[in-house]
Amino acid sequence: MMHWLYMGGYWPYVWPSYLLTLFAVTLNIYLARRSLSAAKSEARRRAQAQRSEA
Amino acid sequence: MNWVWFHRLGSPPHFFRIAGRMIPWFAWLAAITGIAGLIGGLGLAPPDYQQGEGYRIIFVHVPAAVLSTTAYAVMASAAAVGLIWRMNVAHAVAASSAAVGAWFTFVALATGSLWGRPMWGTYWEWDPRLVSELVLLFLYLGYMGLRSAIDDTARADRASAVLALVGVINLPIIHYSVDWWNSLHQGHTLLKFGKASMPPSMLVPLLLMMLAFTLYFGAILLVRARGEILRRERNARWIGEAIGAGS
Repeated sequence: MMHWLYMGGYWPYVWPSYLLTLFAVTLNIYLARRSLSAAKSEARRRAQAQRSEA
Repeated sequence: MNWVWFHRLGSPPHFFRIAGRMIPWFAWLAAITGIAGLIGGLGLAPPDYQQGEGYRIIFVHVPAAVLSTTAYAVMASAAAVGLIWRMNVAHAVAASSAAVGAWFTFVALATGSLWGRPMWGTYWEWDPRLVSELVLLFLYLGYMGLRSAIDDTARADRASAVLALVGVINLPIIHYSVDWWNSLHQGHTLLKFGKASMPPSMLVPLLLMMLAFTLYFGAILLVRARGEILRRERNARWIGEAIGAGS
């Protein structure tokens, strides 16, 4: 396991690359979901306001 | 050729519904291919005879670089469709593509830099491939900056679409930069003279990772596009039904 993590001495370059990619993947999922849920909340609020006006 | 499907996709409620159905498929397939690619790339593929274990960075660097240009091609194509056919959904797709594309351009540059330090002895070189990829990042940032600087959505759509289309010239420059100029960057990773430039034990995980990144981009793009459509169509009647139905 340690041998694998050591990556033949290239660990300071290999693992930060994978961590950065994981961070970007996770962040983009979070941002996309947050953007959609904010738009849905706003749409629900508007729909309720329109119903109550009618 | 029957173009009904194309025109139906231009309908916001139809696109919103179809996108909602497709997201889980894209997401699960991306997860499965991504895990398989990681196992292959980090565990099963042998070390490179020249670069040792350091070459394993390509399993995230190449897919991120491919995604950076794919996202731009999607953005520019959608912007062109929006501009020509005045299709609101296409502008929503173009706007949704930019942020993901910018993030993965940054990832491609950063992971390339981390690969360059042990292989070239430097984090950065003013190499044609690197510079054209950096220009791509600036194009994304310019596109997003232009959109956010204009309050009127229709004007922002048109102006940013023109910028996206002008920037398309950078895509062949990125791709062929290693052929056109003397470049430190290695040549085409996948194909060299029509043949695979690496053995299957390395090529298969790389292709799996590229597929995973593409599917992931599809999922994120559709989630973002749904949100963008909801914001653009906020006064439309169908929104209440679509949201009320829990989609």
